[in-house]
Amino acid sequence: MSSDATPGAPEAGQDRMAGTAPETGSAKTDPILKADGIRRSFGGLTAVDVEHLEVQRSTITALIGPNGAGKSTLFNLLTGFDRADAGEWSFQGRRIDRMAGHKVARQGMVRTFQLTKALTRLTVLENMLLAAPGQRGERFLGAFGRWLWTGQEAANRERAMELLARFKLDAKKDDIAGSLSGGQRKLLEMARSLMVEPSMVMLDEPMAGVNPALVQSLLEHITALRDEGTTVLFVEHDMDVIMGISDWIVVMAQGRVIAEGRPADIRSNEHVIDAYLGAHHDEPGQGAQQKEEGP
Amino acid sequence: MDTMTILSLSVETAIGPVAAIYVLAAIGLNMHFGYTGLLNFGQVGFMLVGAYGVAVSVATFGLPLWMGFLVSLACSVVLALVLGIPTLRLRSDYLAISTIAVAEVLRLVYRAEFARPVTGGVYGRQSFADAFYDANPLPEGSLGVGRVDFSSDELWLMLVCWLLVAAGLAMMALLMNSPWGRVIKGIREDEDAVRSLGKDAFTYKLQSLVFGGVFGGLAGAMIALNQQNITPDQFMPQVTFYLWAMLLLGGVGTIWGPVIGPVIMWFMLTLFDETLRGMASTGVLPFLATSDSGPLRHALVGVGLMLLIVYRPQGLVGNRKEMLVNVK
Repeated sequence: MSSDATPGAPEAGQDRMAGTAPETGSAKTDPILKADGIRRSFGGLTAVDVEHLEVQRSTITALIGPNGAGKSTLFNLLTGFDRADAGEWSFQGRRIDRMAGHKVARQGMVRTFQLTKALTRLTVLENMLLAAPGQRGERFLGAFGRWLWTGQEAANRERAMELLARFKLDAKKDDIAGSLSGGQRKLLEMARSLMVEPSMVMLDEPMAGVNPALVQSLLEHITALRDEGTTVLFVEHDMDVIMGISDWIVVMAQGRVIAEGRPADIRSNEHVIDAYLGAHHDEPGQGAQQKEEGP
Repeated sequence: MDTMTILSLSVETAIGPVAAIYVLAAIGLNMHFGYTGLLNFGQVGFMLVGAYGVAVSVATFGLPLWMGFLVSLACSVVLALVLGIPTLRLRSDYLAISTIAVAEVLRLVYRAEFARPVTGGVYGRQSFADAFYDANPLPEGSLGVGRVDFSSDELWLMLVCWLLVAAGLAMMALLMNSPWGRVIKGIREDEDAVRSLGKDAFTYKLQSLVFGGVFGGLAGAMIALNQQNITPDQFMPQVTFYLWAMLLLGGVGTIWGPVIGPVIMWFMLTLFDETLRGMASTGVLPFLATSDSGPLRHALVGVGLMLLIVYRPQGLVGNRKEMLVNVK
């Protein structure tokens, strides 16, 4: 099923979001993530000010916006890597605001980073094994009792090898991660996040710095994830990629969500065009007003 | 002063109790820096509380020696927690600054006048190690192989120190080849990545700081037994930097690095020292007074370390490929 789904098939996308209005802060039929009133400012600059945002389960949702729109800050807030000034949000019905990053990850919401964070002096396989959840040998005293965790370790190794094979990294398993190319590190980071068995992955610019040949394979992995039921939220700049694979697009500018909708809705949305290209001074639209409100 | 005497003296220092004590402390530092990436510039502080743990317990409060050891270990754990809890959530530089400052503050507090009833102030503490040497099972007299020999008491202390080293290395090997060790090494590489995978980096760092600190405390306790007389000014900041130099020499983040480093370093120090002294006394180097050999040996060791950093930055037993992976 997953291999048949060509990235960019528009019908597939529209089915998944049936019954959702393409408007800012719209309610989703089956939201996995619900957020209200998230605010974060750095000094006088309000980096994020999102009134309401929902993410539909088992879809690919893209978060786009011009540079400095607050996408990465919102990512950091949602995943517990930064502390919000205000706001409540819940993941799978459980409040996760003010929860530390590692606990958010244990809830099943796993993120990757814009600048890839491969653990360079660990081998590819060690990178994978590290991510496995609930390891008995991970506790200080547990580490001394090898018999406690060798069985678990073998099972994790098997799962890690399956994932590595899927991402075509299995031949590299004993190489140190620092020897991988930039694109391979992106693949490794994605594979590693799957070791945590997440129900939602948050990908911060997964295609940045990846050569075009590898982009296609990354896209296939992302759509395959969705087709297996994992929710994907990703930040990206490449419009072709975004329009091709997203089921839903959330557009941010100056910390706010300015539009939401299917790729077709976004393409023709004038707020979005304003935000990206700048509003004309002779015909002031909302984009121009927001700029005046800004700091 | 013939070559054989110089060599046998150097070997005696390299395997003697002082080298073994430095190995113990370096094992702890290797846990901190080599595996976890924690910048601990105050390992001497752990040695200080370890040494005084034994000395004060026995000499001031009259407790038995084994309880002194427990006090030593407890003090190291407390010091690690005090250092770690406020700083380990912050960037790594904060730990570096705190450790160097706290180690120095500890030395000043232990030597202060108000602390004198307990620590003996600048005069330190003496005669607390008798129970250890009374328990010496070795025959009296000097023992050794060829020209390398030790007194019975020295050998007894050496034996205990090296046994502690062996136990420490075994624990280290078990830990670092376990999932716990994998997380620790992951934190060294990138703490945020480890947190994003659901691991509580703070707790791991704290565990590492405590565990490595205990080795520092143990080294301090053995210093106390070795000298049977401790004063605060033996625990100057340069002890920490010797440890760093030794660890870098041996190889950071390896099991054997912290053993090989101090052993080679003590061998070289004695070798240079004795050779220079021999040359000065026979008049081969007329411009060199015998008293100059001390500073000069450190200069030579410094040159050696610089050559090491340039040509073998991974240390003697490190992996060059791993070392250079982030230098592209």
